[in-house]
Amino acid sequence: MQIFKNANYDFIKWRWHALILSSVLIIGGFLLMLARGGMPLGIDFTGGTLVVVKFDKPVHEDTVRKALDVLPGDKVVQQYGDPKLNEVLIRFPQVKGQEQGFGLEANSQRALAALRQANVGKFDVLSTEVVGPVVGEELQKKGLYATIASIFGLSIYIAFRFRFIFAVGALVATFHDIFVVLALMGFLGYELSLNVVAAILTISGYSVNDTIVVFDRVRENMKVMRGKPLDQIVNASVNQTLGRTVITSTTTFLAVLALYVFGGEVLRGFAFAMLVGVVTGTYSTVFIAATIAIILSRREMNARRAQQAEKVADVASPSAARPRKPGRNVRAS
Amino acid sequence: MNKNLRWKALAIFAVIALAAWMIYPIDKKVRLGLDLKGGVHLVLRVQTDDALRLGSEAAMERIRTELTKAGATGVTATLDGATAFQINGVPDAQDALLRQLGSEIESTYDRSGSGGNYRFQMKPNIAVQLRDETVAQAIRTIENRINELGVAEPVVARQGAGDQILVQLPGVTDVGRAKDIIKSTALLELKLVEAGPASTREILLQSTGGQVPAGSEVVPGVAERLTPGESPSPTFWLVQHAPVITGRDLRTAKPTLDEYNKPAVSFSLKSDGAVKFGNATGANVGKQLAIILDNRVQSAPRIDSRITDEGRIAGSFTQQEAADLSLKLRSGALPASLTYLEERTVGPTLGIDSIRAGIIASLVGLALVVVFMLVYYKLSGVNAIVAMSINLLVLLAMMAYFGATMTLPGIAGFILTIGMGVDSNVLIFERIKEELSSQKGPRQAVGAGFDRVFWTILDTHIASLIAAAFLFQFGTGPVRGFATTLSIGLLINVFTSVFVSRALFEFELSVRKSQSLSI
Repeated sequence: MQIFKNANYDFIKWRWHALILSSVLIIGGFLLMLARGGMPLGIDFTGGTLVVVKFDKPVHEDTVRKALDVLPGDKVVQQYGDPKLNEVLIRFPQVKGQEQGFGLEANSQRALAALRQANVGKFDVLSTEVVGPVVGEELQKKGLYATIASIFGLSIYIAFRFRFIFAVGALVATFHDIFVVLALMGFLGYELSLNVVAAILTISGYSVNDTIVVFDRVRENMKVMRGKPLDQIVNASVNQTLGRTVITSTTTFLAVLALYVFGGEVLRGFAFAMLVGVVTGTYSTVFIAATIAIILSRREMNARRAQQAEKVADVASPSAARPRKPGRNVRAS
Repeated sequence: MNKNLRWKALAIFAVIALAAWMIYPIDKKVRLGLDLKGGVHLVLRVQTDDALRLGSEAAMERIRTELTKAGATGVTATLDGATAFQINGVPDAQDALLRQLGSEIESTYDRSGSGGNYRFQMKPNIAVQLRDETVAQAIRTIENRINELGVAEPVVARQGAGDQILVQLPGVTDVGRAKDIIKSTALLELKLVEAGPASTREILLQSTGGQVPAGSEVVPGVAERLTPGESPSPTFWLVQHAPVITGRDLRTAKPTLDEYNKPAVSFSLKSDGAVKFGNATGANVGKQLAIILDNRVQSAPRIDSRITDEGRIAGSFTQQEAADLSLKLRSGALPASLTYLEERTVGPTLGIDSIRAGIIASLVGLALVVVFMLVYYKLSGVNAIVAMSINLLVLLAMMAYFGATMTLPGIAGFILTIGMGVDSNVLIFERIKEELSSQKGPRQAVGAGFDRVFWTILDTHIASLIAAAFLFQFGTGPVRGFATTLSIGLLINVFTSVFVSRALFEFELSVRKSQSLSI
C-alpha cells in the first residue's frame, strides 16, 4: 500500500491562496479574541486561587455560586471534567494589594468555609492552587522567553545547516503555527496555562521538524535537479515527501487525539493545542515555509541577475548571447 | 546470519537486558511527580530583610549600651531600614569611644557623619552574602523539619537565584499542618519579666510612667482562651530585652506533660547554655521568666530555684501542637520569616485519576499507532513497533537511572516520543519504497533508504533537542519534566530508528532471502 505514489500536485500555485487563508484565520481569530477581552490567562499567569472540589452527589453550579455569593470578588464556578463525577472548579482572582503570605490562601479557606456553611453537600477537596502575583509575573516572563528563545535557536540551526532564506521560511511558519493555535484557543475560550505554553513549544519543535524534512529533500534535489528553478525543486520535494508528511501527521494526530479524549481534564488544554498544532504544522510546512523560501529566493535571484546585468553593461560586451556560467539559481532553459 | 549482524543483535539484546535490569522493580524505580501521586508544592520567599535587621539592631544596641555604660547621655539610636542605623547626639567625651566601636564593626558597616551624629551602612557585598546565608540556613532548617515529619522524597531547593525556596512534599495530605511546620519561625527566647501581665499596653506601662525603660520591651502574650466561645483577652508583658537563652542553646526538645497533665514541651540545654541559664536563674530566684515563642509570651513560670540544664514550656497546647513545637525547636529557628508565593495541592484521588487517564491515553495512542503501522507497512510495520517498544523501554530505564520524576506532562513527552519514533520509521520506509520503485533490489533499497534518511533524522532530532533544551532552561516544574522526557526519548530514538530498525531489516533479508520486501 502506498498513498501519494508519484504525487505531482502543484502546491506552489496555491501559495497566495494559502497566505490569504492564514492571514484571515490569524487576524480574524485575534480580532474575535480581542472583542471578547483578550486571551484568557490561567491562574499560572494572573495569580489567584483555584480550588477543585468533588461533591458526593450531583450539585448544580448555580447552587455553588450562590453559596459563594457572600465572598467578594469575581468568582468563576464551573463543572470540571465529566459531569458524572460531580466535580466543580472554583476560581478567585488575585485581589489587588492583598498581602502575601497567609493572606494568599485565605481565599480558598474562606471559599471552603462558605461551602460548608451553605450546606450544599458533602465534598472533598481534590486540589488547590494558589499563585501569588510575583510568581505569576515570573511565569509569564519565563514562558515568553522560552518560546522566543527556542524558536530563534531553531532558526539559527536551520540557517547553519541549510540556507538563511530557509531559516526565515521556517521562522515565519513556526510563528504562523503559534498564532493559529493561540487564535483558535482564544476563540474557543481555552485558558493559557503553563501546560499550554509547553504544548506551544512542542508545536514549534514539531513544525520545524516537519519543515526540516522538506528542506532536507530540497537540498538533496538541488544536486539532482541542478539548473531547475527553485519553484520546481521545492514543489517536487514537497510531493516526494508528501506520503511521509501525511502518515506522520496522521499517527501523531491519532496519539494526541487519544490524549485529548482520555488524558483527563488536566491535560485537555495541552492536548487541544497539540491537535491544532499538528494540523497547522503540516499545513505551514507545505504552504508557508516553502512559499516564503521561494519568494525570498526569487528576490535573491532577481537581485543577482540585476547585478550581473549591470556587470555585463559595464564591460559593454557586444554579445548578449555570451554563455552564462551555470549557477544554481540560473535557469537552464 | 553473518558476523556483522550477530554483533548488532548482541548489542541490541544487551541494551534491552540492561534497560530491563534498570527498571526492575518498576514501582520502586520510577518516581511519580506530585500531580500523579498527590502532595503539596510550595514556593516560599525568605524575608531576608528580617535577618539583616536583626544584625543591624544587635550592632546598634551594642554601641548604645557601650556608650551608656561610658556615661553618655542623650544618645539616640534609630534603625534606618534593614541595613543601616543612626547614632545621634554622641557627646564629645564619648566620640572617641564611638569611633573605636565603629572600627570594630568596620568590616561589616561603613561609618559616615561627624560631630556626634553618625550613620552606619552595611556594606553591599556583606548584605548580599548575609542574604545568601539566610536563604541557605532557611533551606537547612526546613529540610530538618521535613525530615522529622517523615515525608518520603521531599524536595527543598532554592528556586532561581534569589530568595525563593521550592518545597515539594509528595503524598502529604494535611497541608495546613505541613505549612504551619514549615513556616513558623520557632524563635524561642527566655527573658526575665519586669512587669505584667496587663490587659493593655498603657496599664502595663503605668508604673514606669508610660515609657518603655531602656533595655526592656513589651511583648504580647498568646491570647489564651479560658472558656470556649469567649473571645480571647489580650495580655502584655514587660520583659528584659536581652534573652537569658534562645533556641540556639537547646540540645533537644520533646513533648511531655506538665504537672496538670496538660501537653507541654520539655527541653534540655547544651553545656554553655546550661551555664548561662544556671547563672541567670540563680541570680533571679523569685522572679518570673517569660518563655517567648515567635515574639509571643507562651507562659511565664516563677523561678523557684537555680535551674541548669532542663526546662519545660507549658502553655495551652494540644498534644499535636506540643509534638509539632518540639519538632520545630529541635530543627532550629528559621533565620527569617517566610511568605508563600505559590501553593499547589493535589489530592491523592485526583492523582490516581490522572495516572489512570495518562495510562489509558498512552495505551490507546499506542494501539492506534500500532494498528496503523501494521495495516500500512505490513511486516515492516513490525520493525517499527519493535523499535518503538525498545525506545519506550530504554526511556523508562533512563528515567529510573537519572531519578527523573514522572509527571503528567512527562507522559505527554512519552506520547510525543512515540510520535517522533514513528516519524523516523515512516521517513525510512517511505524512502525505501521510493528506492524500490526505482528498480533497486530490496538489499540496495534498504541500504540506500537508511543512508539517505540518516541526515534528515539527525537534523530533525537536533532541532527538537534545541527546542527541548530551551524548554528546560526557561521552563518551570511541569514543563521541565516534559523537556527531560522528550530529550531522553529523542536521543534513544536515534539509536532505535537508525540502528535497531536497520538491523531488523538486515535480519529479515538474510533469513528470507526473498526478492521482495513486505513494506
